[in-house]
Amino acid sequence: MKKILSILLVAALAMSTLAGCSGKKEEAPAPAPEQSEAPAEAPAEAEAPAETEAPAVGATITVAAIETAYGSKMWEDVCAAFTEETGINVELITDKNLEDVIGPSMQAGDYPDVIHLATGREKALTETFIKDQNIVDITDVLSMTVPGESAKVGDKIAGGFTETSLTNPYGDGKTYLAPMFYSPCGLFYNAGLMEEKGWTVPTTWDEMWELGDKAKAEGISLFTYPTTGYFDAFFYALMYSVGGAEFFDKATNYEEGIWDSEEAKTCFDIVAKLASYTEPTTPAQANDQDFTKNQQLVLDNKALFMPNGTWIVGEMAEAPRADGFKWGMTALPAVEAGGDGYSYTWFEQAWIPGGAEHQDEAKQFIAFLYSDKACELFAGAVNADGEPAPAIQPVLGIADTLEGDNQMFYAIYDNGAKAAMGNFAAYDSGVVGVSNREVWFDPVNSLVSGNMTEEQWIDGIKAVNDQMRENLIQ
Amino acid sequence: MKKRSGRSRFVFLCAAPAVILFTIFMIIPTINVFRMSLFRRSAYSTTEEFVKLDNFTRLMSDGNFIRSIQNTILLIVVVTIITFAFALVFAAILTREEIKGQNFFRIIFYIPNILSVVVISAIFSAIYDTNNGTLNSLLSLFSGKTVAVLWKGENMVMTSLIIAMIWQAIGYYMVMYMASMASIPQSLYESAGLDGAGRITQFFQITLPLIWTNIRTTLTFFIISTINMAFLFVKAMTSGGPNGASEVALSYMYKQAYTNSSYGYGMAIGALVFLFSFGLSALVNVVTKREPLEF
Repeated sequence: MKKILSILLVAALAMSTLAGCSGKKEEAPAPAPEQSEAPAEAPAEAEAPAETEAPAVGATITVAAIETAYGSKMWEDVCAAFTEETGINVELITDKNLEDVIGPSMQAGDYPDVIHLATGREKALTETFIKDQNIVDITDVLSMTVPGESAKVGDKIAGGFTETSLTNPYGDGKTYLAPMFYSPCGLFYNAGLMEEKGWTVPTTWDEMWELGDKAKAEGISLFTYPTTGYFDAFFYALMYSVGGAEFFDKATNYEEGIWDSEEAKTCFDIVAKLASYTEPTTPAQANDQDFTKNQQLVLDNKALFMPNGTWIVGEMAEAPRADGFKWGMTALPAVEAGGDGYSYTWFEQAWIPGGAEHQDEAKQFIAFLYSDKACELFAGAVNADGEPAPAIQPVLGIADTLEGDNQMFYAIYDNGAKAAMGNFAAYDSGVVGVSNREVWFDPVNSLVSGNMTEEQWIDGIKAVNDQMRENLIQ
Repeated sequence: MKKRSGRSRFVFLCAAPAVILFTIFMIIPTINVFRMSLFRRSAYSTTEEFVKLDNFTRLMSDGNFIRSIQNTILLIVVVTIITFAFALVFAAILTREEIKGQNFFRIIFYIPNILSVVVISAIFSAIYDTNNGTLNSLLSLFSGKTVAVLWKGENMVMTSLIIAMIWQAIGYYMVMYMASMASIPQSLYESAGLDGAGRITQFFQITLPLIWTNIRTTLTFFIISTINMAFLFVKAMTSGGPNGASEVALSYMYKQAYTNSSYGYGMAIGALVFLFSFGLSALVNVVTKREPLEF
């Protein structure tokens, strides 16, 4: 009796283990089995097998969007509006660490239909997909009609946005990433302090250094930065202001010998000099945990300028600040008097991963993101603290509808600054173990702390330039 | 005969679940890490390219990788030695001496171990703050001038990590040593006392030899947990910065595999770290082998 009982128990144990394994196995294999992406809580009709030919009313798409300073409520509203307009249901995933949330299921072959992220994030998910050429061509979306409207998507998106290396990463004239939420980047400062001291905002780098010396005498540092990641927008604008679009294109395509050119030398010198004017505690706080302490330096009048984007106002809304603090923003100074000041146009991207199951519905969703309704909902975004944090779609005529600080920020291009767009060209997986951020931007920390010389920094860049050029995705 | 085959079937069935689970969740993934280290691919690639040992040869000339390994070894050596010394001394004091509030100290020392690494990194972020941090304020108070040490700056960041890791680990090892010290019979110390052995002699001649098996076990723990905990501390406290100065082997592996789209390269680092920690643990085990003493 005892023996039978023990055998039964062991059998039960073994069975449950095996049952567990088989359950696991069903989920694990291969991309896109029908139905496997249908979320458990979706309505019954959503279970219908996907028809990739024609967008199906009642189908369910999965949209994964990063939650940033704009909050996540706007995404819920836009998804609801989309369902109302088209009858396509949306399963929405938003998270501050979106890569960690969707990463594991993507590794198991289960992809969202639309991903909204930004390049330049530490996890570099978008860059990985670009590198793998694992993104769906959405050039045809530009000629689609916006759901619920008569205008075409391509006619609504403001000029230039769908011609950059960020949206057309392979330079083949095809658009793979849809531009989202643009924000002019520049140097942010305390306009109240500048007024109080009677200082003017520098328009050339020489004036910048003069101001730096004046500020130093008062115990204020000229410059700080949140993390070295913020240098991407800064560098791009700097390259434009030093050598114009031509130099920028050559540099971002890793042209041979480009870092020995006069223009490159000017860029390096400016950054190296700026490093010597940087608030000394900055590198120690330039990490994901402490970066707000660097931003706080500007609010506390301990540093004058920092590179940032318009989201900074919402991000630091609750932070204490010096009396009379007023946000100000300026484009990067020109290299010489009369030259052009540049402000980098930073924007995020929405794209369809190659493994997405409902690609046609996903394209409709992207088209809908440029509808008047969606733009209005995005512009009315509030962040987690309930502060307004408008997300501005790159749609014609939208800047006229802005208010307050944002009106001033977005008017930067009307006030003489030129727009800089684009980024380093995509290279494929032949480049192993190095990244642009590592060789270009991170060393600024060491320049500031004096652990690295300008020469060492330039040598590091030159050392990988050839490798990247040879592996460019053409 | 029938009985014996029934018995071996029973043993087989008993062992099967554990063996199956171990194979699926340990052996296969480990083999996979080694397999993927020979390929060029990203974390989400649909295709992969066999590159033989390219990833490994590249690693040998990758300055950042070498620095991350140096940092890892530094942490293993320094954190182990200091934690080991403190934990032993504290454990000896708390078990051998009669101190008021023994349990209180035990709890105080153990608390850091209960806290999650994220909480610890937040605590140390406040301690290490350059302008308003506890540490700089204390130093300023005692030195009489303003001290502005950049604790998370490039020159000090490893020291800061070491301090945080030791603070976190002492309590755990102390409790382990206390457990085995408590089982040493009091009579041994009494007779040693009668023979004229002082406290320090007693510690080295009686306590240490009798808890030697325990110490050997903890040394292996030290190696494995320092490698693992270093990753968590670096992720939460410094993100590997400034400019890679605090990168350790596992954080560099994570960076390459998940943020630099070099999954195969990351797996090559993983394979090396696997072999390294295995080898080091084995070495420590051999070196510390003694005839076990019993009381």
